[in-house]
Amino acid sequence: MQPIRPFSSRLVALPIENIDTDQIIPARFLKTTSAEGLGAALFYDWRYDAQGAPRPDFILNQPQAQGAHILLAGHNFGAGSSREHAVWALQGFGFRAVISTYFADIFRNNALKNGLLPIQVDAETHRQLFSLVQEAPETEVQINLEAQQVVLPDGRAVSFPIDPFARRCLLDGVDQLGYLLNMADRIAAYEAAHPQRVNTLLNLA
Amino acid sequence: MSQPRTLFEKVWERHLVAPQTDESPAVLYIDLHLVHEVTSPQAFTMLRERGLKVRRPDCTLGTMDHSTPTTPLDIPIMDAQAAAQIEQMKRNCAEFGVPLYALGSAYQGIVHVIGPELGLTQPGMTIVCGDSHTSTHGAFGALAFGIGTSEVGHVLATQCLLQNKPKTMAVRVEGSLKLGVSAKDVILALIAKIGVGGGTGYVFEYCGSAIRALSMEERMTICNMSIEGGARAGMVAPDETTFAYLEGRPFAPKGEAWECAVADWRTLPTDEGAVFDAEVYIDADSLEPMITYGTNPGMGMPITGRIPDPDSIGDPSQRETLIKALKYMDLQPNAPLLGHKIDVVFLGSCTNSRLSDLRAAAALLKGHKIAPNVRMLVVPGSQQVKRQAEAEGLHEIFKAAGAEWREAGCSMCIAMNGDQLQPGEYAVSTSNRNFEGRQGKGGRTFLASPLTAVASAINGCVTDPREMLERV
Ligand code: SF4
Repeated sequence: MQPIRPFSSRLVALPIENIDTDQIIPARFLKTTSAEGLGAALFYDWRYDAQGAPRPDFILNQPQAQGAHILLAGHNFGAGSSREHAVWALQGFGFRAVISTYFADIFRNNALKNGLLPIQVDAETHRQLFSLVQEAPETEVQINLEAQQVVLPDGRAVSFPIDPFARRCLLDGVDQLGYLLNMADRIAAYEAAHPQRVNTLLNLA
Repeated sequence: MSQPRTLFEKVWERHLVAPQTDESPAVLYIDLHLVHEVTSPQAFTMLRERGLKVRRPDCTLGTMDHSTPTTPLDIPIMDAQAAAQIEQMKRNCAEFGVPLYALGSAYQGIVHVIGPELGLTQPGMTIVCGDSHTSTHGAFGALAFGIGTSEVGHVLATQCLLQNKPKTMAVRVEGSLKLGVSAKDVILALIAKIGVGGGTGYVFEYCGSAIRALSMEERMTICNMSIEGGARAGMVAPDETTFAYLEGRPFAPKGEAWECAVADWRTLPTDEGAVFDAEVYIDADSLEPMITYGTNPGMGMPITGRIPDPDSIGDPSQRETLIKALKYMDLQPNAPLLGHKIDVVFLGSCTNSRLSDLRAAAALLKGHKIAPNVRMLVVPGSQQVKRQAEAEGLHEIFKAAGAEWREAGCSMCIAMNGDQLQPGEYAVSTSNRNFEGRQGKGGRTFLASPLTAVASAINGCVTDPREMLERV
């Protein structure tokens, strides 16, 4: 994984509440065994009509979204299914961060594992960001993970919370599995001290 | 005396390989890892790329449920992508030594149905699966939650997860459920009350007299939909009902080990005086059958209610959400749902596809025909449920009424396998998600209980099951 450095981008505004992972990527696109190429399926049923033609009024089909890295979404983003494909699809399209007022737990975890930043802001900042896009769609904001800040064009910086461990991993460009693998001795000691568990290998026949 | 602790805290503390610190999350040991074909392939690929093994194949179990067809088993799989995914699952499990109940196995079924019915799900365990409805297993007093594919990889490789300790919320349900009101209605009422984000960051513990009175399968229905209220896990303290359900199941402890296990499980319930971070109360006596009208599970109301009016909602973004939902559903504010014409009834999913669900549905359906405008799919949760239902003759009741009796799997709950709504169709569904397009692109879902689903199938429109039950 690449370490995450500060980056700037236009905002892609999607002012819909409770966007669930079935909308981010419909289930019929989950019959894949890879994480590649899912950007094409992002928000598919909102993005394309019944004939598969792009809907011009949907934001991802507009110039504003092309090359942008930050999705500004309505309250409570990422509820529903645990599919990590939702994160892979957002990244496949080019997004590196999603801003909302809060995130569903599993989505947040999945995002952090892949280096997609779930940026939680208060309702007032959230509202201001939406008006910013409306008034000046070309405006860029900067995201600084090290400082845990979203920096607005007027220089104002808004802090966002992020799990300190995930932040460290993302800044260093290391994945979390390495940390767990290094715990092998402690895991073995735990297993030795707690030997009782089911055995799924038991043959039922 | 030690601090009084909640059920959740006891299970959490038992599984700490390393405690949480300011810099790092806790390392939590996982007792049972269930894997299915949709969320695991990329995790197995990662293991292969890094030269890793599955640390505990003996604590891991695979099944196939999401993309599998529910047509007769001798018909080949028509969808090439689904077939490839299913083949890949077989190869992955064989290569890494993970036991698998593949399509065609006598124990295959929806992952959250087979764990409990095999006795794999036990009190006090930590259970994960790359599936958000893993919360189902909490009905046994296990800490069970859904994870993403990266985390599936973590558990395969290390049998552990990095976790920050969640907060706890007591969901107290007191009183008794009236005729025609079921476990599904309890959970739909809770989610309507707290909203789809209301439980974010929490583990629910369902308690109170109404929960105590429920069977294990009913408790599973409730825990199943915890995630629909935003909570990753929902738990019920184990009691005699739990032990009676588990005793004698294939993977449950036997003989002396059983006695020891039960003695241990009796220490798990929340101590007197333990403190929850939040609490919510539901009065069971006042509950009615529930139904959803919108595009998330929080948009629910008593079946006799009227659809809310966006004009009466102050918060602009909530108002927009409701307007958008009603547009998608093509429903009018202030209208009742009772009598609304439907096209499909789906009886199935990890929420309501167990034997007791099928029995309740068949008892109401017996002697009736479903309306000519309705297609009804009955999809048992597992091959075992299917065989038991057939042994009781339930399938004959469904078929005689004009319903389709199908093979086990997720089916129209997620519409990955070809079982799906057509654009614009309305369904009463016993599943757990009414998101846009969830049951097929353009399809419209009313979530409800098996009783409401059957009553609606008979009349061809949304129907209060109490009308029919009272007549019996
Ligand atoms: S039945 Fe539905 S909710 Fe349950 S595991 Fe299958 S797809 Fe998921």
